[in-house]
Amino acid sequence: MARIYDDAAAALDGLLFDGMTIVAGGFGLCGIPEKLIAAVHASGVKDLTVVSNNAGVDDFGLGVLLRSRQVKKMISSYVGENKEFERQFLSGELELEFAPQGTLAERIRAGGAGIPGFYTKTGVGTTLAEGKEHKDFDGETYVLERGIVADLALVHAWRGDRFGNLVYRKTARNFNPNAATAGKVTVAEVEELVDRLDPDSVHTPSVYVRRLIVGHDFEKRIEQRTVRQRESA
Amino acid sequence: MPWSRDEMAARAAHELKDGFYVNLGIGIPTLVSNHIAPGIDVTLQSENGMLGMGPFPYAGEEDPDLINAGKQTVTELDRTCYFSSADSFAMIRGGKMDLSILGAMEVAENGDLANWMIPGKMIKGPGGAMDLVAGAKRIVVLADHNDKKGGHKFVKACTLPLTGANVVDVLITDLAVFERPDRSGSPFRLVEMAAGVTLDELRARTGAAFTA
Repeated sequence: MARIYDDAAAALDGLLFDGMTIVAGGFGLCGIPEKLIAAVHASGVKDLTVVSNNAGVDDFGLGVLLRSRQVKKMISSYVGENKEFERQFLSGELELEFAPQGTLAERIRAGGAGIPGFYTKTGVGTTLAEGKEHKDFDGETYVLERGIVADLALVHAWRGDRFGNLVYRKTARNFNPNAATAGKVTVAEVEELVDRLDPDSVHTPSVYVRRLIVGHDFEKRIEQRTVRQRESA
Repeated sequence: MPWSRDEMAARAAHELKDGFYVNLGIGIPTLVSNHIAPGIDVTLQSENGMLGMGPFPYAGEEDPDLINAGKQTVTELDRTCYFSSADSFAMIRGGKMDLSILGAMEVAENGDLANWMIPGKMIKGPGGAMDLVAGAKRIVVLADHNDKKGGHKFVKACTLPLTGANVVDVLITDLAVFERPDRSGSPFRLVEMAAGVTLDELRARTGAAFTA
């Protein structure tokens, strides 16, 4: 059951500590919990391990936490859009654990579902499987990957109700419903608070969501604005 | 004359069969959707959580909540559905994708693929490529035949960190198309060359062994 807070700083009050692990939803800049990330930045909490598919861009999303050196380690699948990330990593200032995107998603899902590890064939034969347990099933080789449980999960949803049930919009869903299950505490920002959600269409049941804020004036930046020409009449 | 990027994409589109569910990688593979033949009905998957990916939106109709895996704005179709990243890769890892088309830095004659990292230099990460090559039923690689310095990309053995071992079924370059019938040790076979390319030239520009 969620409690509703006035703003992101209030919603994170008492939850942040140095050295903690945070899992965040979002793919690129789509569906990122932008208000909550900004509040983590403003809090000054440091030595964070951040689990997120991407690392934002230099001046938006998780990129702001990198620039302010609040992040000690990232667990991600793709960080190609962030120059500051690349610089910090190549100079040894930032730890990085790459996970294949589907393995990352499943590690988060598994952690939230009480599953400490699982076998997958993704990554077998690559450097990302080195040092991990391998096992053969039915003549194929699989690698053991660990579930992820974070101290805190931050997610962005489209609509929520006062109980904390959440609905995401289009591809802004991405990692959010998985991340929502994988935090010891989960805080959600929503664009709209509604009286009632269609119970058949809830994406994240309220049991996962402890705290909720309604954000305003989301920036929702577009990374690659691609358009097509209208056919001439 | 070498094939253009569009000609390579058009050739790759021949690999799409009616009813296929297909994931197209970032870069040249994205162009393949422009060349799907009439009468061939294909559903495109975008691994950030969408089946039934439509074309780019008209100017003014971009939606920040609707992007593809390359972070480009796209549109939805009648058949579109959305799902979480875990669900997206469940369908990929679970073998539901008929085909995936990806780019490459290196392809080896044993079907190994390297396309995600240059040690000490380029740090981007594998994204969903490792999952796609491990899970999709058939892997088509689209890549220039040689790198910018003329070096081999279709090689005896990959020197870069692998994306997947023994995963490539078809390789389409700007010079030729290579294919192998299985992943059980059969060599790649040359099936097509761009007009004006000779077998001697092709062999000189290729590190891998193939049958002609």
